[in-house]
Amino acid sequence: MKPPVATPRDGRDEALIAPGETMESVTRTISDIPLLHPYPRFWWTGFLIAFALVLLLLTSIAWLFTRGIGIWGVNVPIAWGFAIVNFVWWIGIGHAGTFISAILLLLHQTWRTSINRFTEAMTLFAVACAALFPILHLGRPQFFYWLLPYPDSMGLWPQFRSPLEWDVFAVSTYATVSLLFWYVGLLPDLATMRDRAATRFKARLYGLCSLGWRGDVRHWVHYQKLYVLLAGLAAPLVISVHTIVGLDFAIAILPGWHSTIFPPYFVAGAIFSGFSMVLTLVIPLRAVYRLQGLITARHLDLMAKVMMATGWIVIYGYLDEFFNAWRSGDIFDRFVDVNRATGPYAGYFWALMLCNVIAPQFLWARRLRHNVVVLFFVALLVNVGMWVERFVIVVTSLHRDFLPSSWGMYHATFWDYSTLAGTVGLFGALLFLFLRFLPAISMTEMRHFVGAERADP
Amino acid sequence: MNAPIHGLLVAFTSEKSFRTAFHHLRETGCTRLEAYTPYAVEPGVLPGATTPMASIMLRAGVIGAGGGFYLQWFAAHDYPLNVGGRPLNSWPAFIPITFELTVLTAALVGVLAFFCLARLPRLHHPVFADPRFRRASQDRFFICVRADDPLYASERVRRILTEAQPESSAEVPA
Repeated sequence: MKPPVATPRDGRDEALIAPGETMESVTRTISDIPLLHPYPRFWWTGFLIAFALVLLLLTSIAWLFTRGIGIWGVNVPIAWGFAIVNFVWWIGIGHAGTFISAILLLLHQTWRTSINRFTEAMTLFAVACAALFPILHLGRPQFFYWLLPYPDSMGLWPQFRSPLEWDVFAVSTYATVSLLFWYVGLLPDLATMRDRAATRFKARLYGLCSLGWRGDVRHWVHYQKLYVLLAGLAAPLVISVHTIVGLDFAIAILPGWHSTIFPPYFVAGAIFSGFSMVLTLVIPLRAVYRLQGLITARHLDLMAKVMMATGWIVIYGYLDEFFNAWRSGDIFDRFVDVNRATGPYAGYFWALMLCNVIAPQFLWARRLRHNVVVLFFVALLVNVGMWVERFVIVVTSLHRDFLPSSWGMYHATFWDYSTLAGTVGLFGALLFLFLRFLPAISMTEMRHFVGAERADP
Repeated sequence: MNAPIHGLLVAFTSEKSFRTAFHHLRETGCTRLEAYTPYAVEPGVLPGATTPMASIMLRAGVIGAGGGFYLQWFAAHDYPLNVGGRPLNSWPAFIPITFELTVLTAALVGVLAFFCLARLPRLHHPVFADPRFRRASQDRFFICVRADDPLYASERVRRILTEAQPESSAEVPA
């Protein structure tokens, strides 16, 4: 018989975990989702919709490889189009996962515990979607390995001075380190899954994946050091990745791109969009899987606040762009901003203002912030807004640069939209598979959270 | 007929009684102890336990940084591109990739080093034979006094383990 657990609180009224949770109960609640597969109707419906979109993605890619990137709306002067908009959007979404798991770990923010595993998975899948786009956009994707340094017979090397080449290293390092961090975090939980599995087949499969983890205290010493150090590496890494994505634009001399605010403003935008995606996903999932005891109202509140804080950094970025365009007196810079607000793409610009600037301000009110429906829709709008923001940055800057003779328009085609929708499906399908087979919340960290409370009353 | 014994596997329900028993066993002079916990217990359970992870990862990071910079420096000189007379060793432009390769090398080597230090993967271990051990990854704390410990059969060890009021105690075969 175990005594009830004191509720950990971090100096506030709202709890980070429901009262009465024990080591046994958190383990059971979390591991039962993959082991017993509750709510199969929800899972199959969601998975099949996502999978249908994956098939659309495969069709789009097959057609793209057959016909070339002419099937998209891209052309000179707008050669980047959806491919780069989607790339930046997806990689930004991934950043919240690393921010939650690494930076908040280093800052000793205990509230990250019940969401870090899920958001790390989100990071991996978002990076997978992001990494598709530059390769699809290559035109001759079979030569993607030319981006890597290897001693080739032509004696050539990649252009190491280009931010696009930095991107290759940044994104591949980011994907690798995120995967390692995620898998190392999963090891003890895979052992729990092995020990709770009902069938021999499942026990063997989870046992193989857990690599024989036994929870030896000597292993834990190395493990914890490794985990903290990986977090320490991932924290500057995540900032470097979006800084480099920002530099892809800022190093070009194009008005609307050539700006020193881009790297920090891109990093803030990435975390802003990432937290909105976490909220968009977590709010329905905790309702469906009855996880309100582990992912509490306090978690949602804190995430909403991080979203607002980073949202204001993004707003500062917008203001800075306008101010500098006006203050510099550069007619091209001034024209870009006027053209964004009143030109042919003005609709996108005002949608961006509505989604990213106005919508999050509703969250100032505590009552609205605590209303999950309002929070969900605000988060959804921010997701849309951040996609539109990248569209505005990429397309409106390119479509009217210095010489009116080189102006043009970009119209997305069916294949542009189908590829975007397809990656949304890929992301969703991977998330559903993750929920189906792996523990979505770190059981070992939750047990620590509960167990440590009981050990030192 | 005596099968070889791996050790005495003792289960505790709370971290506190586990820690007390483990501490007493170490003080008595047990040298071949194993302990298993369902989460990373605070340091202090193993006083003096050190881990070389930090120095291994630092070294790997330095090698990654050096190698990453050298790669770019070499490429710039192997196929020189004279852009307006700028120096071939344009080091500020080489920093981002140097940084990425530092992180990549440190992380990869760190994970490999962890597996070497923990001697994982190891899919079989005598303690797995005990059905109670399934809860080691859930909500029980285990101590295993190994049979090759000089104090294994001693009265003192038995007494400590009885006083600690474990949930259960049984020998596991090797």
